[in-house]
Amino acid sequence: MSPEAAATAAYIVAALLTVMSLAGLSKHETARNGVVYGIAGMTVALVATVVLAAGSLEAGAVALLVAGFVIGGGIGLWRARVVEMTGMPELIALLHSFVGLAAVLVGWNGYLEVEAVGAAQTTVAPELLGIHSVEVGVGVFIGAVTFTGSIVAYGKLSGRMKSRPLTLPGKNALNLGALVAFAALTVAFVVAPSLGVMIAITAVALALGWHLVASIGGGDMPVVVSMLNSYSGWAAAASGFLLDNTLLIVTGALVGSSGAYLSYVMCQAMNRSFISVIAGGFGVESGTAAAVEGEHREVGADEVAEMLREASSVVITPGYGMAVAQAQYPVADLTRKLRDKGVEVRFGIHPVAGRLPGHMNVLLAEAKVPYDIVLEMDEINDDLASTSVVLVIGANDTVNPAAMEDPGSPIAGMPVLRVWEAKNVVVFKRSMAVGYAGVQNPLFFRENTSMIFGDAKNRVEDILAAL
Amino acid sequence: MRIGVPRETRERETRVAATPATVIGLQNLGWTVTVEPGAGARSDFPDEAYVAAGAELGDPWSADVVLAVNTPAPEDLARLQERATLVCRVAPAQHAELVADLAARGITVLATDAVPRISRAQSLDVLSSMANIAGYRAVIEAANRFGRFFTGQVTAAGKVPPAKVLVAGAGVAGLAAIGAASSLGAIVRATDPRPEVAEQVSSLGGEFLTVDVEQERSTDGYARTTSEAYDRRAAEIYSEQAADVDIVITTALIPGRAAPRLLTAADVASMRPGSVVVDMAAGMGGNVEGSVPDEVVVTANGVTIIGDTDLAARLPAQASQLYGTNLVNLLKLLTPQKDGELVLDLDDVVVRGMTVAKDGEVMWPPPPVSVSAAPAAAPAIEESTPVVEPAKPRSPAWRYGGIALGLALLFVATAFAPAELATNLTVFVLAVVIGYYVIGKVHHALHTPLMSVTNAISGVVIVGALLQFGQHGLVVSVLAFIAIVLASINIVGGFAVTRRMLAMFTKGPAA
Repeated sequence: MSPEAAATAAYIVAALLTVMSLAGLSKHETARNGVVYGIAGMTVALVATVVLAAGSLEAGAVALLVAGFVIGGGIGLWRARVVEMTGMPELIALLHSFVGLAAVLVGWNGYLEVEAVGAAQTTVAPELLGIHSVEVGVGVFIGAVTFTGSIVAYGKLSGRMKSRPLTLPGKNALNLGALVAFAALTVAFVVAPSLGVMIAITAVALALGWHLVASIGGGDMPVVVSMLNSYSGWAAAASGFLLDNTLLIVTGALVGSSGAYLSYVMCQAMNRSFISVIAGGFGVESGTAAAVEGEHREVGADEVAEMLREASSVVITPGYGMAVAQAQYPVADLTRKLRDKGVEVRFGIHPVAGRLPGHMNVLLAEAKVPYDIVLEMDEINDDLASTSVVLVIGANDTVNPAAMEDPGSPIAGMPVLRVWEAKNVVVFKRSMAVGYAGVQNPLFFRENTSMIFGDAKNRVEDILAAL
Repeated sequence: MRIGVPRETRERETRVAATPATVIGLQNLGWTVTVEPGAGARSDFPDEAYVAAGAELGDPWSADVVLAVNTPAPEDLARLQERATLVCRVAPAQHAELVADLAARGITVLATDAVPRISRAQSLDVLSSMANIAGYRAVIEAANRFGRFFTGQVTAAGKVPPAKVLVAGAGVAGLAAIGAASSLGAIVRATDPRPEVAEQVSSLGGEFLTVDVEQERSTDGYARTTSEAYDRRAAEIYSEQAADVDIVITTALIPGRAAPRLLTAADVASMRPGSVVVDMAAGMGGNVEGSVPDEVVVTANGVTIIGDTDLAARLPAQASQLYGTNLVNLLKLLTPQKDGELVLDLDDVVVRGMTVAKDGEVMWPPPPVSVSAAPAAAPAIEESTPVVEPAKPRSPAWRYGGIALGLALLFVATAFAPAELATNLTVFVLAVVIGYYVIGKVHHALHTPLMSVTNAISGVVIVGALLQFGQHGLVVSVLAFIAIVLASINIVGGFAVTRRMLAMFTKGPAA
């Protein structure tokens, strides 16, 4: 058994483990096994590769490889340990950028190993040289788009950048132009590989990634993160083509297609066209929304506590505000307390609540809210009419009746939680400011809605004390 | 401005358009309310209760807005002020002349029985709230005449079989009847030309009898006139069922037309003695041959046919309360500023649909409003206001064309590629498909863990860097080393964070 044959065999095993990992992750019962499969697959792949590489390396070089892995792994482990669950979207976006950058580096190395050496190179057969050049170009391009796109997503999610979409004039033309430029540059690179073209490709891709995500509004970030996840997979697959490595192709394609599918599912949940989200531009083509004015009614923690005490069923619909205020623990306490009193408490989660798909589920799970009372929008929507009290904690656009009633609204047609059908609605909010989509919410001015202002965490704790 | 609530004068009418509770709701919207003395007497709401709620007693006809249950008698209509607004049941399709008369006098008429059937308008849909009561009452009337139990029992004195009830038409009234009859313990079957209501029937404990003939789908939420083939098959079903069941409740009404004939005299004759038929459409021509409006007929073979048309009015307090609440909801829509000033926004489909006369013009019929109650439609379409056009699905030709084009491109690309690339492409394409299917049914709560695991997996790009390291000079090695560090942050970080998240998902004690 040659080292190459062994590595190929190991790669097949690793690829299978990856498939099992993804399959496992789609159900609660098997999710933990899924992670174990994933780790096992990755370990097999790494060991096989190191053994394969060690054949042509000195001992010192191998040690350096391992050291690199230990350094990176250490940093990764440390970040994973300390990250707040509310900071998860930022972390994942940042991690995507690493894959993107790594793919760019691998692509550049491909160029330095082959094209830069010129006719003297021996790595690639001359008749395959053109294909190799295309692969270098594509790999660097996807990697660079992922890299800058993820950096911008990270900036927006962590509040380091404005979440408002950047609207340059003719932004669609800019995006298309970048694609055309990339195609032209790739052709040029195949005909006559040169350092200048290589740099140009990288620069175009970096700029495109930046602009693409910068022009997408904060409200669409869950889709963007999931899309970047998909891109990072395609980047890995492109590297696989470049290096003729089956494992990279398989795992990259798996991640790429599953990520794309996930993004698509989320777009459907928001009633948005996948293309228009990717191309950026929330509300650009929509009509003018009806202006909403009216008086809202403010209540205190005592009154809310009173309302909850008399309620027979309570539904809590959390949003990003709960994550920001770290209110999940007091909310979980409130849930326990009410359940002990015999009140039926459930959670209604909008598919795009938060800044990451499933964001709310993760936070509620962290606070030990049992997952069987955490329901999807479709599962709970019809029950809202018979609910005594709905607590809207830090959600806004996902409970906006304008989506259903105002055809001119930028979020018209987006399925929303119909909280206003409940007997009483209590909205926890920092102020009367508009939500992420920049749309005013007529819910706040409804008869049966009361507003409770301030930090969600403090206010929920006040209610707990009053109970 | 002032709202007037008259005493209903129609025979057998026991309801009133406002109760003390809804009077408070009207006042909260900025209106003053005048109630005719004795208006609520037959619904057990004494005048004192209205006064206690803040209403005045007096002449309702001089008010700016008059709320009534039925269309008032001609002499009362004559007392309406010029430019007044009348809110009541009108049946505008049948009473075009009346509407034209009122319009000519400059009176604005809102028909409570012309509310478009869209989700948003449900809270003011009088037909639904009254049909709900009538359906319930129909079962009670039938039970009153039926000489047996509804529920089956095994007793020391012998076994009692459960009653079998057939409900024709599963609209609001039909569904209410199904629910009431099945909660009394009967075996309930139901028919309806709209196949999409089957689910609703079974949710209330009924069995849906399918007429297996192609049928056009309803686009406005109401039943349509049916096709000939359908009618033939349906008639057979009714004949079969009539011979089998003990009680038949028919609720079939088509807006603006005579009620369809469902049971013939022969069907009724085939029923067992002691059986009961309630024809809820008796007032509109009758679903059952031999039914007489407002009368109870017993046929030669001992079958009782109840033709009462005032079923809702037999629960007067309940019916008045629901009707009154519907009107409060309507006025919420009409007085957006809560200042007692009427605002008719004709751009609102609900208001437009109900307005049958305004400013001297007859506004009936309104432009069509389309809703889809079909089970196949996506929830987004079902819930959205009808003004928002659902996206058109692509035509099959378009889709198959796209698939064919994609496959052809793939074929060409692979056929002309060198062998190595072809192998890679094969692997790539298959992996894409697997990736798509493997997460096809992912639970929504697991989106984040799934994403962080795939994120860790995409760190596999490290394999490329590992293979490049130390092969082609210092620059390559340095770049490869950086790539190794970056990718390993990803791998370890991604897996660690996923494990952390999953450790938190716990299932609670059975709730």
